[in-house]
Amino acid sequence: MNADAPTTVASTPTPPQAKKEHTGSRRMPFDVRQLSLVGVLLALVVVGALTKPDEFLAGENLRLILTQASVIGVVTVGVTFVIIGGGIDLSVGAIVALASVWATTVATQDFGLTGMLLCSLLVGLGCGLVNGLLIAYGPMVPFIATLAMLASARGLALQISDGNTQVVQVDAVLDLGIKDSYVLGIPPIVLVFALVCVVGWLVLNRTTFGRRTVAVGGNAEASRLAGIAVKRQRLLLYLLSGLCCGIAAFMLIILTGSGQNTNGNLYELDAIAAAIIGGTLLSGGRGTILGSVLGVLVFTTITNLFALNNLQTDIQQIAKGAIIVAAVLVQKGRSTS
Amino acid sequence: MPLLTMSSITKSFPGVRALDGVDLDVEEGEVHCLLGQNGAGKSTLIKVLSGAHQPDEGEITWRGDPVRLPTPVSAMRLGIATIYQELDLVEHVSVAENVFLGHEVATRGLIRAREARSRTAELLARLGHPEIDPGTLVGSLSAAGAQIVSMARALSHDVRLIIMDEPSAALDPDEVDNLFRIVASLTAEGVAVVYISHRLEEIRRIGDRVSVLKDGSVVARDLPARTTPTDELVARMTGRDVRSAFPAKPGAPSRSEPVLRAEGLARDGEFAPLDLQLRPGEIVGLAGLVGSGRSEILETLYGARRPTAGRVLVDGRPLRPGSIPAAVRAGIGLAPEERKSQALLMLESVTRNVSVSSLSRFARAGWLDRGRERAAAHRHTRDLALHPDSPERAVSTFSGGNQQKAVLARWLLHGCRVLLLDEPTRGVDVGARAELYAVIRRLADEGVCVLLVSSELPEVLGLADRVLVLKEGRVVHTAPAHELDEHRVLDLVMEGAPA
Repeated sequence: MNADAPTTVASTPTPPQAKKEHTGSRRMPFDVRQLSLVGVLLALVVVGALTKPDEFLAGENLRLILTQASVIGVVTVGVTFVIIGGGIDLSVGAIVALASVWATTVATQDFGLTGMLLCSLLVGLGCGLVNGLLIAYGPMVPFIATLAMLASARGLALQISDGNTQVVQVDAVLDLGIKDSYVLGIPPIVLVFALVCVVGWLVLNRTTFGRRTVAVGGNAEASRLAGIAVKRQRLLLYLLSGLCCGIAAFMLIILTGSGQNTNGNLYELDAIAAAIIGGTLLSGGRGTILGSVLGVLVFTTITNLFALNNLQTDIQQIAKGAIIVAAVLVQKGRSTS
Repeated sequence: MPLLTMSSITKSFPGVRALDGVDLDVEEGEVHCLLGQNGAGKSTLIKVLSGAHQPDEGEITWRGDPVRLPTPVSAMRLGIATIYQELDLVEHVSVAENVFLGHEVATRGLIRAREARSRTAELLARLGHPEIDPGTLVGSLSAAGAQIVSMARALSHDVRLIIMDEPSAALDPDEVDNLFRIVASLTAEGVAVVYISHRLEEIRRIGDRVSVLKDGSVVARDLPARTTPTDELVARMTGRDVRSAFPAKPGAPSRSEPVLRAEGLARDGEFAPLDLQLRPGEIVGLAGLVGSGRSEILETLYGARRPTAGRVLVDGRPLRPGSIPAAVRAGIGLAPEERKSQALLMLESVTRNVSVSSLSRFARAGWLDRGRERAAAHRHTRDLALHPDSPERAVSTFSGGNQQKAVLARWLLHGCRVLLLDEPTRGVDVGARAELYAVIRRLADEGVCVLLVSSELPEVLGLADRVLVLKEGRVVHTAPAHELDEHRVLDLVMEGAPA
């Protein structure tokens, strides 16, 4: 064999090869997907304004849309983190139900507003902890672990409430839902949603936690070999999702003045759908909070439009499905060009 | 009449002209070698030939008749089969099912499994591997075994032309010999082979003619494979002058205190107790066959695998076993074997790939100072001459050599003192290799300890100061690199005779 092979070239810096222009590799603060979602949202507003000019644009109705978007929106922010981190959380709806029921038992109500709020958050965190431990340190894949949590959390909610609607008797909680508590005309629930979005955006884009989430979701093995504590990161992500569920549960309590084991029904699907149409990759590693929020607003606005126009929920469901398909097709088209 | 003629093939992608008027002809029974650096257009050319890409312009004739290859299936029907660099096998199904994937042996949709198995066994025997059971799952085979299956799949069609894209990249020397035997018997039957490899010595052994691609054009054709001097081939590929690839080594061996020590480090079934010392400024090479425990040793030193015995010490302090974060904190860095799946975040920019192991350094209470992060990452990518010098671009748009620079920059930024390199030049073209060698030597000169694993013996011998020869998980010989040559090392890894 040739002893000096492979012989090769002087170590001068590589000369420029054919100049390649790569589109889409630069980070833009506002990418195409989100622009198209804003377009869809505007189109929906136009439709609303044309079909029900008096009702749709009324301040009361816009407030209603935002309020409805807030509860599912907070859940979606948590789910978005989990999906970007390479996981999935199917248990969010059930956790919301369990937290809302637990925080409204007669015993918990004795502790007043603070006790109920703490209870709601702790139940959310507790469920997230179980999810996270099973997934990060146990042998379970996220789909199975959170599916199991979905079933058992909802079961526990039914057991605690015995199927009854637990009416809130604490005035301090109920007061948060009425007009007097609005700040500049905005309900406190909507403000909390806005706060969660801002904090979520900052955490995702400006902290080591966010950066590691993206890394673990994009390539878990490479992240592990780069020295990231992947298991701890996964655990933290499910804790975060659980915490968001706890917040959302308390928002629901304020909104309905009660806790029910049927709360949060199918939230997991709405949250995942909103994240996906917002541009989050289901396989992990890429996604934005802004996209998810836009996704939630689109869905909520559709629901509102259908209600105003007295259309049935079946058509509404079909429309939602069509939008999911359309959004994913638009993304595919953009990313392969 | 040539078997295949491609004339004036042009193919553009948005912003890139990948092929610019390429001519290629292949005769029956010849091994036609295609040389070129990464990005020269080889992959695009074979994708056009296999029907995966459509040319914008140009003509393909097959046995004298003009043909179009709109799909891979149409190329397959003509008798053109491609064995890709990254094998396209389904891991969870059997060898026989993989061989007949897409053209199952079936009657009205019902698979005739027994016939498929016996025909697979025939093909495997013809390829010199009758020991592979057609019923085993492909996922349980070695890289070499998987490649044999891929080849059996090609032969399951009535194939006249086989395109092999770096078939030897994952193979051991004796497996490469077997591959060459197969190629020789195919060409004896009149099958033509288009052979792509970065290893010039292989082209000498089996090639007939060489065509050289550069920047999407054929810059040399009809070169005789056996007699064209290496210098000339490399000069054609790079358009530059040639000199020895490997940087000069320091005269005297390093006498400093070792930074990293392994004491009796072992993993059951992978490698026997190993004692190892790495000193600053030293490059130590691990030579051995695939499966001799090379990568396992690296990963165990790094904490990615937990040792069953022994310990690793850095500066005399033992590391927590099986903990990557502990190894990273102690200043150990690993550039793993599979760059894309084990090292890089392909969706992210180079900057973020570089900073990912040092994020806490740029953060206060978890809050990132992105300006500092970027400045520090850029300092290191510029220092390593990342090309093009635009580290904010996605790492996936860079060539293999520059992706490897991103991995090295990650550990330089972290301030690593022990660098574990597993196949650092795999998939890196010949021009960029010399540059990487120079970088690795410079790091050693600056006081980093380097432990190098490579399947290419010339690389280990040319770059390392000291070489450990491994056979079946056991160090059979240790010597300064200048006392060894390829024959000696090959004897050792084959025979294991202690010196």
